[in-house]
Amino acid sequence: MIELQNVSLGYHSRAVVYDINLKTSAGEMLGLVGPNGSGKSTLIKGISGVVSLFSGTILVDGRNTRAMKREELARIVATVPQNPLLPAAFTAFEVVLMGRTPHLGLLRYEGKKDFAIAWRAMELTGTQSFAYRRISELSGGEQQRVVIARALAQEPKILLLDEPTAHLDISYQIEILDLIKSLCLERRLTVVIAVHDLNLASQYCDRIVLLNGGRIRAEGSPAQVLTAENIKQAYGANVCVFPHPINHLPVTFITPGAKCKESNHQFTTTRN
Amino acid sequence: MAHTAVESLTQPAAYYAIRWQTRVYCAIGLAGLLILVILFAVTLGSVDIPFATCVQIVLSRIPFVDIAPSSLSGFGADLSRGTLETIIWDIRMPRILLAGVVGAALSVAGATYQGLFRNPLADPYLLGVSSGAGLGATVAILIPFTATWMVLGSVPLFAFVGAMGAVAVVYLLARVGRTLPVTTLILAGVALGAFLSSITSYLMTVCGEELHGIVFWLLGGLSMTNWNEVLIVFPCVLAGILVIWLHARPLNVMQLDEEQAQQLGVNVEKVKLILLGVATLVTSSAICFTGLIGFVGIIVPHIVRLIWGPDHRFLIPLSTLVGAIFLILADSLARTVLSPTEIPVGIITAFCGAPFFLYLLRRRKGLALF
Repeated sequence: MIELQNVSLGYHSRAVVYDINLKTSAGEMLGLVGPNGSGKSTLIKGISGVVSLFSGTILVDGRNTRAMKREELARIVATVPQNPLLPAAFTAFEVVLMGRTPHLGLLRYEGKKDFAIAWRAMELTGTQSFAYRRISELSGGEQQRVVIARALAQEPKILLLDEPTAHLDISYQIEILDLIKSLCLERRLTVVIAVHDLNLASQYCDRIVLLNGGRIRAEGSPAQVLTAENIKQAYGANVCVFPHPINHLPVTFITPGAKCKESNHQFTTTRN
Repeated sequence: MAHTAVESLTQPAAYYAIRWQTRVYCAIGLAGLLILVILFAVTLGSVDIPFATCVQIVLSRIPFVDIAPSSLSGFGADLSRGTLETIIWDIRMPRILLAGVVGAALSVAGATYQGLFRNPLADPYLLGVSSGAGLGATVAILIPFTATWMVLGSVPLFAFVGAMGAVAVVYLLARVGRTLPVTTLILAGVALGAFLSSITSYLMTVCGEELHGIVFWLLGGLSMTNWNEVLIVFPCVLAGILVIWLHARPLNVMQLDEEQAQQLGVNVEKVKLILLGVATLVTSSAICFTGLIGFVGIIVPHIVRLIWGPDHRFLIPLSTLVGAIFLILADSLARTVLSPTEIPVGIITAFCGAPFFLYLLRRRKGLALF
């Protein structure tokens, strides 16, 4: 699990995320929502140790990340970045196998066990069918699933995902989030996931944190956080929120803005 | 694209075993080829010595092999056995071995730089090694006294110091806090290189009769090689290649972007520093005796990538072997084509290497290199 105590993060000398206090437990799926530039990605990069920690403490699995080596951290925390750059000439399987890096020393090569773990990760993500194809021959969605497979091959206790479904069509969105949710439940994996789509966040996350301007604005169950007022405050957008017809979780509906209504009106009047 | 039998296998362990086997056999084959090329190159030269005689003389010099050259009569009646031995063992052999070592060094350094910078245009001279060494050698040629340290003369000594110094300055200029941004590093290297080259060019315009020596050094060549040089360069290059090879797997992971490599547990800044330092050391020690031999360092890693793929665990050792073979053959041509005049070996490497590379590139077009 992860515990953030008064955490501030940023790039060079500019802080982007301020004074975050957050705690997640094993088997929990935590959603990070918020407008563009609200600090979701920075928070995820901060936990995975690639953005500098200005102040505060990050504990993963009860250990202070400041005192951990990169490979120690990578054995516990796996990250699926937002727009991962992959080497075009490597095969999908070779990239998934890179997930075994933190478990291997400088002198050790991958053994049968590592092959089996990587292969199993590819089975879970549905990437086995193109395992030996080069990255350059794969679509954006296929590459995204390869990166998720690589994260699973790390055998982490904590999985951080930054917009993992951004390049996926609706069926793969459901498939990937189902998979992540099931890992969460079955393997007691802690998942922190940044999502743009408020409805996906509502359907899958146990708890949601709403960020804006680098600070936590609301925190709690989907029904507590995803209210029309909160969304209006954070995004400045007018939305309606209704319960889902089957599971009663909040669903956000957008309505076209004022300008759009005007032009529609003009269009109808000229026609008449 | 066509799927070979290997790719249709589904089990990764079997798939990998076959790919490893193929590449290991290729490496053994190349090592055998390297020995043959060395023996072949020994026979070439102004004095015509038959292959069998060469092999006998070379074998007789290898410790623990007790073959006394039996019948030397019949050819070169005017040459005593001692003369033949001197030609083969003291004149030709060190030159051929140095060509092999330098070819291997430049190829591995090129592969390392290309991998570190994720840039196919990177070569061992990118960060100012060449201009630093060039300025060092020019200064050494122009100063009226000669300094020696151990067995090193002033030209290799100054060239080595110049090369290492230039890269050290580039490194310090490009460093931001604790990180070393790759783009800044390349730009700093190019800028400092231009600066140092301008000084070298100025010295060349005012130096007068020493110009020939400077130009000759800058073009690079392997003439006048002796055993001392081989014995100094060989251990440096071998150790450097081994260190780079040890870091082949982190280097593979660094073909992802740096953030991902860090998230996979690679200490990117440390690996960058080690590989930059070692690749620069290998390059500097190789070229300080031979001058600036071009093109090997950029083309050999690409040839190996085109044939055997981008995995640095194979790229490094296979580049070592291919680079050695390539430069020995190029140098053999350089010293025999217009004999007794020598062509600078850099001309041969580009003239013969480029068409071969373009042929491979056309054959594999559309396939990503990196």
